[in-house]
Amino acid sequence: MLPLRHINKEMKNLSVKENIWKTAVVFSGLLIIVLTVSVGLFLFMKGTGTFVKYHHTVSEFLFSGEWNPTDSPTDSGGKVGAAVYIFGSVITCFLSLCIALPFSVAAAVFMTEISPKTGEKIFRPAVEIFVGIPSVIYGWTGLTVLVPFIKNIFHARMGGFSVLAASLVLAVMIFPTITTMSADAIRSVPGQYRTAAYGMGSTRWQMISRVVLPSAFPGIVTGIIFGLSRAFGEALAVAMVIGKTRAFPKGLLSPTSNLTAAIAADMGNTADGGEHNLALWSMALLLFLISIFFILVIHAVSGKDRKTA
Amino acid sequence: MRKWSVLNGKKIGCVILAGITAVGLAACGGAAGTGSSAAGTINQKTVSTAAAAKTTAAAIKTTAAAAKTAAASGSVTCSGSSALLPLVQAAAEKYMKINAGVTIAANGGGSGTGLKQVSDGAVDIGDSDVFAEEKLDAALASALQDHKVCTVTMAAVVNKSLGVKNLTTQQLKDIFTGKVQNWKEVGGPDKGVMLITRPSSSGTRALFKKWALGGAEEADHSALETDDSGTLLQTVQDNDGAIGYVALSYLVNNDKVMGVAIDGVDPTLENTCSGKYKVWGFEHMYTKGEGSPAAKAFIDYMTGKDFASSIESMGYGIASKMTDAAVAAHK
Repeated sequence: MLPLRHINKEMKNLSVKENIWKTAVVFSGLLIIVLTVSVGLFLFMKGTGTFVKYHHTVSEFLFSGEWNPTDSPTDSGGKVGAAVYIFGSVITCFLSLCIALPFSVAAAVFMTEISPKTGEKIFRPAVEIFVGIPSVIYGWTGLTVLVPFIKNIFHARMGGFSVLAASLVLAVMIFPTITTMSADAIRSVPGQYRTAAYGMGSTRWQMISRVVLPSAFPGIVTGIIFGLSRAFGEALAVAMVIGKTRAFPKGLLSPTSNLTAAIAADMGNTADGGEHNLALWSMALLLFLISIFFILVIHAVSGKDRKTA
Repeated sequence: MRKWSVLNGKKIGCVILAGITAVGLAACGGAAGTGSSAAGTINQKTVSTAAAAKTTAAAIKTTAAAAKTAAASGSVTCSGSSALLPLVQAAAEKYMKINAGVTIAANGGGSGTGLKQVSDGAVDIGDSDVFAEEKLDAALASALQDHKVCTVTMAAVVNKSLGVKNLTTQQLKDIFTGKVQNWKEVGGPDKGVMLITRPSSSGTRALFKKWALGGAEEADHSALETDDSGTLLQTVQDNDGAIGYVALSYLVNNDKVMGVAIDGVDPTLENTCSGKYKVWGFEHMYTKGEGSPAAKAFIDYMTGKDFASSIESMGYGIASKMTDAAVAAHK
């Protein structure tokens, strides 16, 4: 038996170490929370300027397509209807989701249920590599391959810069996110479910479509929302192929603009604190609120999942 | 259950990431601290050297050039106009070769950013396409000193294969306001007009609007938009019917696109200097008050004789070469 003194010393050492690490972890965690909250507050202060300082209504900002803010430190009286940008963001994200989702879920089913070995060895790493590709590469490839392709195939009026090009680029970008998260969700469906389904005489397709996919549904939804928030926040790649025309698109082949592209195009040149500048901040605030909304939805969905599991 | 372990893993990952960020921030803070204090010392040195150089110059009448070289040490930061950036970068490179003790960091970011940062004291020089009064409060703008380092000429550009070489002011206006939708209406081939404009806050656009379009607003609703002259040229190159505008400096060594003459006047430096070609503007470098000696020395170099040939070979115009008639016509 060790002398009591020695044990005490050991315990003391341990508790000092533990305290140091605990403090470090708590400090880091708190710092991130402080950062997030201050970014939110900053955006809120800047973004509400349009409505407080220049007295525009929120409904004008959200629903009017007339965008002609004055760009000077003092003048006011312009129009700040951002509906074109908002619609551009929504439509490209929605279309990209429609394009990516079937492929993502099919790929996830393939790499978990149909061919787990190849899936784990080749498919999964390949998809994960996709996640890490910087967006400028997607944008540049889209600009040099996709845009001329659309121009030549469909003879698009504005040379291939279009809603379609933007949606396709976004679809490729969110595909890996949705696929990996869906695959995780499908893999976490307990094996007994499958055995039970087979035991009751289901075919593999019946087992997948009636048992596995419904059980994995909340996880797939989480994946979709992660993908959507990536699509919403993407600026560079979309800006390169969407054309940035400030008009509601007349069809898949006509160009339009979106929130992130509009902010990026004008932020450096506008007069600080002017109407144009603050309108851009309001758009940034809107993006921030949308991403918070997505996070809340994820929490709601995964909370439900936890209860049923 | 496995999914939850994955998510938990992510949570732990987040905390670790937070730790790394914190450490990184602390490190950056430390580095920035030392950096600024170092800069402080350098600036002090510069001031004393400059003062010394001045007295010497007064006393023994050394050449002005020698005094300039003596003053040129320390660091200069500039940011702002992307139209001016290539010239500033070229000048910085040459200047640093001559004056080994100087570091010049040139960034873009847009005229608005440049003016705000120089006004805040975040950079030594703010580059701008427009006068400071247009982007800053009158009080802030009056604290800045304007240095007109060069002129920039804007040219409407089309694809060479289009075959349109000349447009009247009225035709140009009709094209950019969306009234003319087909090139055959202005004497060209039967091809749709593909308009490429710039963001509404762009200094280049403000210049083009004022001097080429007589103040008419461009048709944003039927135009592609980019503020990147490289992308713009690429788009014009790829599309027969496209038209946009770039600074003349971007047309040097480019034979796939061509500048369009306006009312029979070709967009050239000579025509700009003589006042025949109207679409041009000054490029400004603003300092806060007098500016640091190092910043002043750099601006002197950019507007000086040694760099003049580089300005012209890069397609910018030398401010001092503008005839009185040209300047008067621009007021």
